[in-house]
Formats: sequence, C-alpha cells, structure tokens
Amino acid sequence: MQLVKAELAPRMERPRENLGPRAALAPYFGTIPNAIVTIACVALIALLVHRSIQWLFVDAVFSGGPAACKTGRGACWPFFSDKLRFMVFGFYPYDEQWRPITALMLFFGACGISMSPALWGRRLLAGWGVMLVAAFVLMRGGVFGLVSVPTSQWGGLPLSFMLSFIGLAGAFPLGIMLALARASKLPVIRVIAIAFIELVRGVPLISILFMASVMLPLFMPSGVTIDKLLRAQIAIILFAAAYVAEIVRGGLQAIPKGQYEASAAMGLHYWQMMRLIVLPQAIKIMIPPLVTLFIGFFQDTTLVVIVGLLDFLDTVRSSMRDPQWQGIVVLEGYVFAASVYLFFSTIMGAYSRFLERHFRMGHD
Amino acid sequence: MQAASDSPWRIVYDVRARAIFYQVACGLAVVTIAVFLFHNASENLARQNIATGFSYLWREAGFVISQSPIAYQPADTYARALLVGILNTIRVSALAVVLATVIGTLVAIGRLSSNPLLSRIMMIYVEILRNVPLLLLLFLCYAVIVTSLPPVRDALRILPSVYLSNGGLVVPSVRWSDELSWIALALVVGIAASVVVSRALRLRRVATGMERRTWPLIAGALLLPPILAILILRPSLAVDFPELGRFRLSGGAQLMPEFVALLVGLTLGASANVAEIVRSGITAIKKGQWEAASSLGLRRSMSLRLVILPQSLRVIIPPMTSTYLNVFKNSSLAIAIGYPDLVMVSNTTMNQTGQAIEPIALFMMVYLSLSLSISAFMNWYNARVALRG
Repeated sequence: MQLVKAELAPRMERPRENLGPRAALAPYFGTIPNAIVTIACVALIALLVHRSIQWLFVDAVFSGGPAACKTGRGACWPFFSDKLRFMVFGFYPYDEQWRPITALMLFFGACGISMSPALWGRRLLAGWGVMLVAAFVLMRGGVFGLVSVPTSQWGGLPLSFMLSFIGLAGAFPLGIMLALARASKLPVIRVIAIAFIELVRGVPLISILFMASVMLPLFMPSGVTIDKLLRAQIAIILFAAAYVAEIVRGGLQAIPKGQYEASAAMGLHYWQMMRLIVLPQAIKIMIPPLVTLFIGFFQDTTLVVIVGLLDFLDTVRSSMRDPQWQGIVVLEGYVFAASVYLFFSTIMGAYSRFLERHFRMGHD
Repeated sequence: MQAASDSPWRIVYDVRARAIFYQVACGLAVVTIAVFLFHNASENLARQNIATGFSYLWREAGFVISQSPIAYQPADTYARALLVGILNTIRVSALAVVLATVIGTLVAIGRLSSNPLLSRIMMIYVEILRNVPLLLLLFLCYAVIVTSLPPVRDALRILPSVYLSNGGLVVPSVRWSDELSWIALALVVGIAASVVVSRALRLRRVATGMERRTWPLIAGALLLPPILAILILRPSLAVDFPELGRFRLSGGAQLMPEFVALLVGLTLGASANVAEIVRSGITAIKKGQWEAASSLGLRRSMSLRLVILPQSLRVIIPPMTSTYLNVFKNSSLAIAIGYPDLVMVSNTTMNQTGQAIEPIALFMMVYLSLSLSISAFMNWYNARVALRG
C-alpha cells in the first residue's frame, strides 16, 4: 500500500476573481437594505452638491459692492476682494504687508523642509532658531530701515500661526521638564509637577487666558507691564506644557527599563542618561501625538478672540461686522475661515499619519 | 578613596544630601514666587482701591441672566447668579454629552458599514468636524440660527409641537408636580432593584451553569415600582404644548438661540471624537474573538454582549472620559456667543465688582473639582472593567 502520492497533482487554474459590473456593484446594491442606504446617500450627496453649487456660483454675486450682494441670494464674492487682505493680515499697515507674507513664506518653507525625518538634527534646529528670529525682526521692524510695527497691529493668519507654533515650541522644553519631574523619585518635585499638570488640565483654556489678560497685570510689580500678545503667548505656552508633559510621560514609559539600567551601568548620571539614551528614543514615539496636539492647538488659539486679540478668526469676524457689510455677509466669512482651518489641519493630519507609518516601518 | 570620604566636599556627592537640597531649592523657589506674586497683588489692589475677599458674593448682583433653570432675579446675590451659571454649564454639557454619544456611536457604525458610500460620507463628516475650530463652529451655528432661520411667526415645525425659529427652539414642557417626584423616586427604586436582581441572576448562572432567559425578570424589577406608583397616584400629566400664535409662540419651554447654538456646536464637535473612539474600540477587537465565541456555541447577540463589548469598553472608556471632560470644559466657549454659563456670569461679576482674582479663582475651582470628580468616577469604572489578574 502506497501512503505517499507518487505523481504531481494536476495543475489547476487560479480561481477567477469575479470581476465585472455585478461584482463591482455588489457592495452598493448587494442586499436590499444596502441598496436603500446607497440610494439615500446618493440623494444626500446630490442635494448637498446642488445646494453648494447653487450658493457658491449660480446664485452668487461676482461684481458690485454691498448693494449688489444685498439683493443676491447666493455667496457674495466682492466681499473677499474687498476684505481678503484684512482677513489675512489684520491691522498690519497696508504698505508693509509684504513683511508678514515673507515671514509666513519663511515659516512654511521651514515647515516643508522639516517634514522629512531624514533631515532632523541639530542643524535643522539651529536653522529654525535663525528663521524665527528673522521672521520676528521682519514682523516687528525698527531695525535695518524697516518701519516699526507694534504687536498691537499684528493680526490674522500670521498671528494664529505664531501663537500656536511658538506656543508648542515653548511648551516642549517645559513639558519635558515637567514630565521628568513627575517621574522623579523626589517627592517634593513630583508633587509640584503633578499639581501643575492636573491643575492646568482640569480647567478650560479660556480660564488660563483670562488669568493672563486680567490677573497677570495685578501680579506684576508696579510699573511693570507685559505686552498683551506676550501675555496670551505665555498663557498658551503654560497650557500646552501640561499636555506636552503627558505625551512625554507616555513616551518615557514606553522606554524599556533595561535602557535605564544599562545606562546606569555605563556610569552615566541622570542628565546624561536622559539626554543621550532615554529622550532620543522617547522623542521618536512622541512626535506623532505631538503633531496631533499641534493641530488641536492651532484650532484652540482661536480662543484668544475672547481676550481681544485679532487672530485669523477675529479678523474674519470683524470684516463681517464692518458697517459696510454687516447684515449682508452672514456666512461667507465663516465658510472661508472654516476652509482655511480645514486645509491646514488636513495637511497636518496627513503628515501625522505619514510619521506614524514611517516610524512603525523603521522599528519592525 | 580615604581622602575623598574625609574631604569636606563629600556631602556634595552624597545622593541623599543632593536629593534634600534639590527638593528644598525647588520648594523654596515655588514659595518665593508665590509670596512675590501675592505681595505684588495685595499692593496693586490696595493702590487701586479694589476690595478683596469673597464678601461680594452676598451682595446684590443687579444683572439680568437671560436663561436660568432656577428662579433668579437681578435683586438676588452674586452667589445665586454664580449658581445659575454653574447649573447652565452643567445643563448644556450634560445634554451635549448624551447627544454626542448617541450621534457619535451611530456615525461610528456608519463608518464601519460595508457600504463604501456610507462609510465614506461618515469619514468626511468626522474629518470636517475634527478639523474646524470649535469656536468657529459655534459662531457658524449661531449665525445660521439668527440670520438664516425664519422669524418666530413663521417658525419651522420640525416635529409635532417642536418649533425652530431665529428666536431659538421651543419644545413641550412638563409641569412638575409632587406626584411626578414620587414617580421619579419609584424609578430610582426600580433601577436599584433591577441591578440587585441581575446580580443575583448572574451569581445563579455562575453557580449552576444554566443559561436561562433573564431579561423578563430584570425588566420586571425595573418597571414594577414606577408602574405601581403611577397606578396608585394616578397623576394628571400636565404637558405644556407650545402654540403658534399670530406673532409669537406661547407655552412650552423656550430655549434661547444661544443655548441651541452652543448645544449643537458642542454636540457636533464631540460626536466626531466619539465616533473615532467607538470605531477604534470596535476594530481593536480581533475577528478571532467573534469566531471563538461562536465556536463555543454563543449566539451572535450573546457573543456581542459577553465577549466583544466587555473588551471594547476597556479600549473605549479612557479616551471617552477625556472627550466628556473636554465637552464640559469647552462649554466655557459659551461666553463668545452670549450664553450665561459659569464663565460669562463670572466675567460680568468681574466687570461689576472690579475684583478679578476671586471670580476667576472660583470658576477655576468649580471646573477643577467637577473635572477631577468626573475623572475619579471614570477611573473607578475603568478599574472595574479593566483586565484583572
């Protein structure tokens, strides 16, 4: 009796995938409930697209002033040609607006270059420092023959980016210190860090901004005044630091204990161990959640409206409240602002997902 | 070595001495800064003739609050105004949390649907709402309500007896009576009874290994007390339906446009987060769990209830807690559209009394204590459903 087959099994064709219109349509119309869902979705999309096109183009007013928009039923495009520069740059002097444009371009350029993880390093960090100083000098003026522009005239998109970016950049070292303090073995230091982090995370950003705008002047020695913009910036940095600290804590916890023990065995002291061994590994884990946090902060800086700073959302709102346009333009500005935020946040979200994939591939 | 241990520098290298030194230095720094700030503040306040302390709380507030769940007149005290603010905050955030959970779960289910069109639409819904600032969403909702909705006399009837107009939302209201309080109490008793019964049934199942149909008993325990209470008390249910008159709506509960805008904005914003959390919770459970449950002979509903959900909840609860807390904290944006929440009442108080520190400290305390207690409760619940052993 032969237990082992001697001849090869007959060669069989690979099963044919069921291609064709029927298979392609199966997920949409496979079952009756599915077909109903599909039809409802198509109807919804058609309705939304139709209404949007109607509002944006068919019924829209493309020329003329506020009077023309008052009679029209659709979107009011002349509003943008009149107000776009104010919405983007606020009260920055009209003739000097090439400066915020250049500063924004520098910032976006630096962001674009930094997107590639291969370039990360000390030189890039130094480049960022140079870029930020250059952008600040450009915005503020007063040197190299540039007209001085006080911070009270800054506004719009550059201000939004500045508040959120400097907020997170300033919060990063502070957050690392707080996270290290929270993980410390020394009880007094640990308690101070925990109290700060939990206090800040337990209250809304508005309350911190209120504190900075109303309470901080009371806490300063008499005669010392701090710029309003700087106060809001400090508030955002402190607020962000507590959230960064929690992300850093997560990163620190993900480093295996053996790394700490190995570096102690090498004779490194605490700061050497953190700087050379632990943090470089932890930062890799922390970057994707930090980008997500940044998206949140980019949106949360809109809250400075409440303490009277002219960020992008506020310049859009003031444009709509301009006596010339008030009551005529009610939604256009908000829709525009929403698309701008959507645009930048979507790019950053895609980048965050890219980074997560990149690091996962790097590790396994 | 001998020399080193005898040298006066030895203490610098002593780990314990260093630890004490660092802690004392840190503590001293914090205390010094606090004293410095306190000193400046008291000096500044004295120079500007601003009163200190919480005695203002018992003075007459003198401002109108447009919406209040409890009786409030301008002649009442600041303390009562603050209480109204707290209740308004809790009311809008509690409603938003419930609505966002329901909508978010439905969106998550839609996102996981096998129909690509539906799941794509839900993805766009989530992406748009997550990437637009909440404050902008609130302004947009408010602008739509105030400018795009018809005036009160042509109010839209979106459901029977529910009217939407640029004056806000009007819904039927129930006139509260003593009998209703007793029935509510009976409902609480019923909930307690059903918890006890379901525990007893579970213990019996564990002891005997017999799977019996348990839901009729639990439902009976839940519903019996309120039904008995209704039969005994026979309350006359006084529902106040809104009537659309020639120029205005009368009757019912009128919800201001600010409240509606805040509720809609908070709900939409949070629903996107809830959807993402629920989706990741469901996808985190591997298919093998379903297959293992069905190979053990569990029905689909039983495997969902006994195998899948307990595991999903473990993934869902921690991020859900922070979403709920965010809704609660984000309700402070009410001030931007003029809904009289805690922050707005405190802000008015600040402007009227000239005292800045006390009102801000008070509302921060309220937020802090409420968020710490919510997170403590959720931590307790999370510990209950977490893996044991």
